[in-house]
Amino acid sequence: MQPTDIRDPNYFHKVVDCQWACPAHTPVPEYIRLIAAGRYADAYMVNWKSNVFPGILGRTCDRPCEPACRRGRVEENNGENPEPVAICRLKRVAADNKGDVQARMPKPAAARNGKRIACIGAGPASLTVARDLAPLGYDVTVFEADPKGGGFMRTQVPRFRLPESVIDEEVGYILDLGVTLKSKQRIESMRAMLGQGFDAIFVGTGAPRGRALELPGSVEAAASIHIGIDWLASVYFGHITKVGKRVIVLGGGNTAMDCCRSARRLGGEDVKVIVRSGFEEMKASPWEKEDAAHEGIPILNYLVPKAYVHENGALVGMNFEKVRAEYDERGRRKLVPAGEPEQFFACDEVLVAVGQENAFPWIERDIGIAFNEWDMPVVDAVTHQSSLPNVLFGGDAAFGPKNIIWAVAHGHEAALSIDRLLSGLNPAERPAPAVEVISQKMGIHEWSYDNDISRDDRFKVPVLPLEKALTSINLEAELGFDAATAWKEAQRCLNCDVQTVFTDSACIECDACVDICPMDCISFTGNADEADLRQTLTAPALNLTQSLYVSGPLKTQRVMVKDEDVCLHCGLCAERCPTGAWDMRKVLMEMTHANSPCAKASHKREVA
Amino acid sequence: MTYITKPKLHHPTLPKNALCHTRRDYEGKISTLCAGCGHDSISAAIIQACWELNVEPHRVAKLSGIGCSSKTPDYFLGQSHGFNTVHGRMPSVLTGANLANRELLYLGVSGDGDSASIGMGQFIHAMRRGVNMVYIVENNGVYGLTKGQFSATADEGSMSKKGVKNTDSPIDLIGLALQLGATYVARSFSGDKKQLVPLIKGAILHQGAAFLDVISPCVAFNNHAGSTKSYEYVREHNDAVNRMDVIPERAEIVVDFAAGETIEVAQHDGSVLRLHKIDADYDPCDRIAASNYVQKHHAMGEVVTGLLYMDPEPSDMHSHLGSVDVALNRLGVRELSPGAEVLDRICGGLR
Repeated sequence: MQPTDIRDPNYFHKVVDCQWACPAHTPVPEYIRLIAAGRYADAYMVNWKSNVFPGILGRTCDRPCEPACRRGRVEENNGENPEPVAICRLKRVAADNKGDVQARMPKPAAARNGKRIACIGAGPASLTVARDLAPLGYDVTVFEADPKGGGFMRTQVPRFRLPESVIDEEVGYILDLGVTLKSKQRIESMRAMLGQGFDAIFVGTGAPRGRALELPGSVEAAASIHIGIDWLASVYFGHITKVGKRVIVLGGGNTAMDCCRSARRLGGEDVKVIVRSGFEEMKASPWEKEDAAHEGIPILNYLVPKAYVHENGALVGMNFEKVRAEYDERGRRKLVPAGEPEQFFACDEVLVAVGQENAFPWIERDIGIAFNEWDMPVVDAVTHQSSLPNVLFGGDAAFGPKNIIWAVAHGHEAALSIDRLLSGLNPAERPAPAVEVISQKMGIHEWSYDNDISRDDRFKVPVLPLEKALTSINLEAELGFDAATAWKEAQRCLNCDVQTVFTDSACIECDACVDICPMDCISFTGNADEADLRQTLTAPALNLTQSLYVSGPLKTQRVMVKDEDVCLHCGLCAERCPTGAWDMRKVLMEMTHANSPCAKASHKREVA
Repeated sequence: MTYITKPKLHHPTLPKNALCHTRRDYEGKISTLCAGCGHDSISAAIIQACWELNVEPHRVAKLSGIGCSSKTPDYFLGQSHGFNTVHGRMPSVLTGANLANRELLYLGVSGDGDSASIGMGQFIHAMRRGVNMVYIVENNGVYGLTKGQFSATADEGSMSKKGVKNTDSPIDLIGLALQLGATYVARSFSGDKKQLVPLIKGAILHQGAAFLDVISPCVAFNNHAGSTKSYEYVREHNDAVNRMDVIPERAEIVVDFAAGETIEVAQHDGSVLRLHKIDADYDPCDRIAASNYVQKHHAMGEVVTGLLYMDPEPSDMHSHLGSVDVALNRLGVRELSPGAEVLDRICGGLR
């Protein structure tokens, strides 16, 4: 193999699994260390800069970081239940304990730059665009059909998961930057918008249309059949305050989980979720399924809905066909009837949460914005521009339903495109992230990070007692970690951003690092191609998603090969190295946002 | 040394041996030696060898004297018996322990100062008595704990860290062991575990006095230009006569070397030592030739390594003495106090 180029910012970024997996690339280990140090406000600001809604995301994020977390891998075969660090809920700890951070927020621009930006929809994508652009002097106007900003975070995420005060606060930080919110203004025509003289228009209107399920009986029993996201919004607005005793929720995504848990709080006693697929393949996050199960909601799988059963228009239940999964030679799943008689489940109301769709009836098709065969706007995956260069799309409106953290990531990218476009730069050229490399060595055995490895299992977030939680839709079910538990959970973080950096010219091949490494990550061996090396190292390197770090040739013509997969970043290799060939260096990566100080060129500082 | 203890977490695929132990189970406390010390690599090699041979930790006695090397038994086999003797007296204590309980595996760990200076008289007598043991000298040529004075094994003409030349003749522990009747004699290098681990395994299986001289660079005081025991010098002047595989009894023998390149030596316990010849003329069963070869090549500035001599039919101290077949602590009242009748018979025999 060729020696690894550690000057490529992506190399070490990839080692920080959580940050790499996060769409917004939040520097997770950095803020977890700040939480451990009790510096909650600092931890909050690291988050705020990167993901804009730490308090909201700390409660609702889809957490792509956690399945990626190295902790889950290193606990394999080392204990009963390998689990990642509770990254998401630690974020909430920062938000809950930060105190007053108003003074740390950017100030509204002292002078406007004369450029006017419209954001359509006040959800997370649009608000991120507004936050990134307003402090730079752009005049940003956000149009929203609802009375308040926040989009589906406000209207569809139920209050027992996300208190409204958190939304008010974090939407407020953005509006305080001099952003104009024009609420209760639904945009009905893009042609009209284009005529209003905005320099750029960002569309962040989400995927607002819930998919219906037409079956025999749907017309007759329509009064008792509701589209999930519309029902959740009606609950938020107070139009719906109660539900029948027996409720069936159709669908296996997170919306279905929100629906069933809301129904439990509005009078539903016999609430069940019924899905077509198997339990394991459900789209809902595992923890949301656990939360539903905790609230006494069964999830029945492999049942395909066949009919709404009604008596003279009054819904009495639903019929389902039992199916089983079969896989063809290409591994594709097919649901085939199990050959059993149809099953009947009694219910008073049905909530349909079987998917969301985009809808752009308000964008005229003759104004230069191209749409593809699925009637979705053609959007550039990098710049987020449509075929009209100054009309951009982000969030669910761009590429279909995802989640909040993706919407934030899109917002950052779109804001960067707008800034470059209106500054006369090419939006397709994206500035590299800023990279800061700092040796952590303080003394012979001292590091400026806590390198001892906690053996604790993941801590559970305390919740309200069930009998209390189910009494009101407005009571937050999760209580969040207290400071002491948060510290312990933070100690489970392996500091993957503190990188093992190897200098081959200093190595005397004494094997001290090989002998001390608890995870057998390090080998000195003859060079070979990657497939061979992976089999012949001290421990086999079978996780192909993780890189091998290969040095140049050493004095014996061997090379050092380190498998990054299960490194604990404990620094023992560097402590046992007599010549300083190993060093522990924090590699802090910050994504470049609109007009960041380093937006002009790839920028790298090295402090050793 | 390190301030944190080595994390107990291990690689998810870390294998277990026949006793369901992982290699990590054979570790001891974290080393307090200098970073990069060759001795730590030898500890790691002992751990690997014991794990591979399914050694039961509670059937091992680790004995050592004084010095950097003699500290190391604390850093491996944390669940075995251990004894730190007075400086240089390890061979005597080991001999006594072996006399009392011949059923344990005796691992004597010493250094060049502990064995070649203050313990010289002890060392040679343990060898000539043929004590069944693995005697490892971690040989770095200096007194590392007292700031790097030359030890008795430092080569004549080698330079100290401060640039002073050693003018005394070195003691050749390999030559002594060969001359005094050790039945398994090998030399290796801490920086070459591929060679060292099989040599330790062979020594563990050997039922007689096994001696290993392991060159182990002192990174603090003897790893500079002019030293003949530095990583660089030993790598450049390493004359390995053979490479060894240890094939335990019942293990399937896979032939992957052409005939004529390997010789196989069956040991008493049924295991087989397979030697891949590097030097075609070297015969590891010829004591006198081995002695000559090592001395000749030492004079040429080479460090001869590998299995230098092995007696496939060794005899040990217990066979010399005709002592009982079991550990003394297993003798019951009947054996220890056989009664007046037996006493009379013995007395009768002496009349």
